[in-house]
Amino acid sequence: MVKTIEGGPSVLYIDKHFIHEVTSPQAFKGLEKRDMEVFRPRQIVATADHNVPTVDQHLPIKDELSRLQVQQLIANCARHGVELYGLGHPYQGIVHVIGPELGITQPGMTIVCGDSHTSTHGAFGAIAFGIGTSEVEMVMATQCLLQSKPKLMRINVEGDLGKGVVSKDIILYIIAKISASGATGYFVEYAGSAIRSLSMESRMTICNMSIEMGARGGMIAPDQTTFDYLEGREFAPNGTEWDKKVAEWSQLYSDPGAGFDIEINIDAAGIEPMVTYGTNPGMGIGITGHIPAETEITEKEKPGFLKSLAYMGLQAGAPIKGRKVDYVFIGSCTNSRIEDLRMVASFIKGRKKTKDVEVWIVPGSKQVEKQAIEEGLDKVFEEAGFHLRQPGCSACLGMNEDKIPAGKYCISTSNRNFEGRQGPNARTLLASPLTAAVAAITGEVADVREFI
Amino acid sequence: MSSKSINIIRSTAVPLNIENVDTDQIIPARFLKATSREGFGENLFRDWRYNTDGSPKKDFVLNNPAWTGRILAAARNFGCGSSREHAAWAIKDAGFDIVISSFFADIFKNNALNNFLLPVTVSEDFLKDIFTAVEKDPAAEITIDLQQQTITLEPTGRKEKFDINNYKKTCLLNGYDDIDYLLSIRNEIESFERSH
Repeated sequence: MVKTIEGGPSVLYIDKHFIHEVTSPQAFKGLEKRDMEVFRPRQIVATADHNVPTVDQHLPIKDELSRLQVQQLIANCARHGVELYGLGHPYQGIVHVIGPELGITQPGMTIVCGDSHTSTHGAFGAIAFGIGTSEVEMVMATQCLLQSKPKLMRINVEGDLGKGVVSKDIILYIIAKISASGATGYFVEYAGSAIRSLSMESRMTICNMSIEMGARGGMIAPDQTTFDYLEGREFAPNGTEWDKKVAEWSQLYSDPGAGFDIEINIDAAGIEPMVTYGTNPGMGIGITGHIPAETEITEKEKPGFLKSLAYMGLQAGAPIKGRKVDYVFIGSCTNSRIEDLRMVASFIKGRKKTKDVEVWIVPGSKQVEKQAIEEGLDKVFEEAGFHLRQPGCSACLGMNEDKIPAGKYCISTSNRNFEGRQGPNARTLLASPLTAAVAAITGEVADVREFI
Repeated sequence: MSSKSINIIRSTAVPLNIENVDTDQIIPARFLKATSREGFGENLFRDWRYNTDGSPKKDFVLNNPAWTGRILAAARNFGCGSSREHAAWAIKDAGFDIVISSFFADIFKNNALNNFLLPVTVSEDFLKDIFTAVEKDPAAEITIDLQQQTITLEPTGRKEKFDINNYKKTCLLNGYDDIDYLLSIRNEIESFERSH
């Protein structure tokens, strides 16, 4: 914190700034209009992820506007001395996958990116949140942002998760419980024994979706799991610096008596595999549950609820289990890390996808892709009829070539089921990698617990 | 023409009585490929506004010439989802200077303020009155007085105070950007860097 403006926001110093091709060009342009250089180029890391194709990445991008946007990023980074892990670079990948896996993301840092899923980095005990392009420009120009103090929410998840229930189910359960706007205005800390027991990949999945309940950021206090994950990574500290940092990071937790504006307690054992049925991430239900009946919806919410079901082609009161799907998408900054791929591979080994379903499995980064191949996961996918593609945001957002056709149902490990998110009139059912994998085998929404 | 500084705005409003309007609806991702800030207005609410063949959807309010004005009124949790500032650019580019709702998503609110698009948060009850008045009579006017921090529904005279922090208010009234302020304190930022 550099200073606080009286009666206004504070000036927050930003340690790391990630940028990508979609939300940075106007910011660079703004700087150039002011005839300015980037203030601290070494604190910025760039990658190309939103627009990139996930097949034949060695060829020029077919879509002209996508190609121009990626070329613009290359030119801007070169001109301003910003490190770019672009297409063809061994570190390229989804911005929220590469930051952590390279050890750039570290506990206690302030991290921003022109992307709402920047909350992902909070899994390391970093203060990380998404910003708009004007703010990207501010950080480029001054390495600072003006921020008002958020309210604090703590969500405690205690106990053991049931069989077949993973971190994606925890976060979909939380969002369904508190709604797509339930944490707006808050920063969320996730705590409790169920959170502590999760790997870093699983923690990232949870923090990633904080924004889907309106929270700008979500964080988990760093612990031995965090340090073990970071140790030895490319940009993590080493030698005596490492020991010093670990000692520092070990102090980053909420005081036992810390005051939260809201505290929510959740019993991990009560969480089922989750699936969404509607058009915001708060519209989720347990796999054995049913879509709410009209009588269960308040008058005020009814227009939105009915609009949502009409879009999805689903019936109020109907079960979700057994719903036929056309596409399975495993990827995105929520679930495209090596652990996700391993989880899917171990489930599908010896099984085959049903012929009516198209399956896309998209690694989050070149490093994830490389590791998957080294571990032979690509062979497992191939034998099951899954297609391991190349890294990028892919079918999460209907911006690149990977779009779900109109009217088709896609069970997706991504983070948003908004209308048109995966392509105009595409219908998205959000779920965990395991629930997505079982749908690939059965061709419908199924309860993974019956298969393991 | 929308402006870069806001004081008193009296205008008719366009009612969009839908909750949880996310930024993917405001501007779908496939229209984010431009490298400038201009021209997003034509794709504002693209998939609600146009059929896939490009013809306008007659029942969508922005296609109804009865409703026009510099104010967009929307139901709660407006601007949720993606941080794309293109959403604020699209609304501003389409000629709006004010968005009224009972609840805004955080990132959208900041993006709007950074583009001199004023998000005005009103009570749920007042919002209901606004929709009733504007849906009944498209000529119904609303006055926003930023200096006084008041919003008035002219046909009924109902008035409410709205919140905005003093710093942002000063910026909007005078046409200042955050970046101008931050640049003005670069010496302090550099001394912060040296001491940390």
